[in-house]
Amino acid sequence: MKRRAEPFWWSLFGAGGVMSAMFLPVLLLFFGFAVPFGWIDVPAYEGLRTLLDMFLVKLLLFAIVALSFFHWAHRFRFTLYEGLQLHRFSRTIAFLCYGIAILLSVFACYVMFVL
Amino acid sequence: METIEIEVFRYQPEKGSDPAFQTYEIPLNKDWVILDALNHIKDHIDGSLSFRWSCRMGVCGSCGMVVNGKPVLTCATFLEKFAPGPVRIEPLDNFPVVRDLVIEMSDFLDKLQKVKPWIIREEEGSTEEEYLQTPSQLADYKQYSMCINCMLCYSACPVYGLEPGFTGPAALALAQRYNMDSRDQGNRDRMEALSDDTGMWQCTFVGDCSAVCPKNVDPAGAIQRYKVEGATHWWKTLLLPYGKDR
Repeated sequence: MKRRAEPFWWSLFGAGGVMSAMFLPVLLLFFGFAVPFGWIDVPAYEGLRTLLDMFLVKLLLFAIVALSFFHWAHRFRFTLYEGLQLHRFSRTIAFLCYGIAILLSVFACYVMFVL
Repeated sequence: METIEIEVFRYQPEKGSDPAFQTYEIPLNKDWVILDALNHIKDHIDGSLSFRWSCRMGVCGSCGMVVNGKPVLTCATFLEKFAPGPVRIEPLDNFPVVRDLVIEMSDFLDKLQKVKPWIIREEEGSTEEEYLQTPSQLADYKQYSMCINCMLCYSACPVYGLEPGFTGPAALALAQRYNMDSRDQGNRDRMEALSDDTGMWQCTFVGDCSAVCPKNVDPAGAIQRYKVEGATHWWKTLLLPYGKDR
């Protein structure tokens, strides 16, 4: 079978869809609404920091963020060249979309594991 | 008796005229489906109107048309639903029109062929041999076997509209119907044919195919399951390069 990249990008897209659908609403509800509106006590900085120092937590957060980028990239790629009829630029669009996702993921990796 | 206006798409290439809508006023009979209305027009008002139909009971898949913008089986859509009218009837979208409401479907038939919609065995058994199947094995693929080839999903699919090469919903669902059949061994053959630029990866999961399907086949679901299978296959051939049969 001819080796094509499409199943690879689709896997990342699918994984990103699952991750963002499962975890982002909870994170948004918690840090976007519950904490700012004072529905619950603001968690102590040290507590959160300790939690974030755990490798598995870092890995999970990185997976959620990075895979969500790839989810966006794949969807946006098709939106551009089917929605806007930009077939002539399909290679450029794919390069740009996935390129942005890769760059942002590298940045997320840096923030999560190096900083 | 109450009447309703029907605007029918007319195209008669032999007359050299451009496509146009023609309006007919017909009785609003509560028992009528759209197909009855068209037959009334053909029998009593204008015999030159052309459209396909056969069984009038949602089995043959011939009478699919676009009614007020939505692809439907005209034999299964009541006229009264559109009262007070007018009702606009057009041929299926995304296909060339032969005449009036009749579309050219050979592209669809070619695509059906492409997915090898028959049971493939690695070795042919004797004609005496039976391949038994349990009810749960039947249940695995039964939903996908309900397709009547009415092409409403092709009419609804925006990807097929933009990319005429796309294999399309019904054909991909039919591929899954055979892939998931316990008697079939043709999964790899089909996977190869459907992993190219015109196969499953062109689908962007708009989902309109499943929304319009009169038989609840859910082609969109079938294609997404096929993608999971295709992606799994891809990772396996990458990570286990010597496991050819996996």
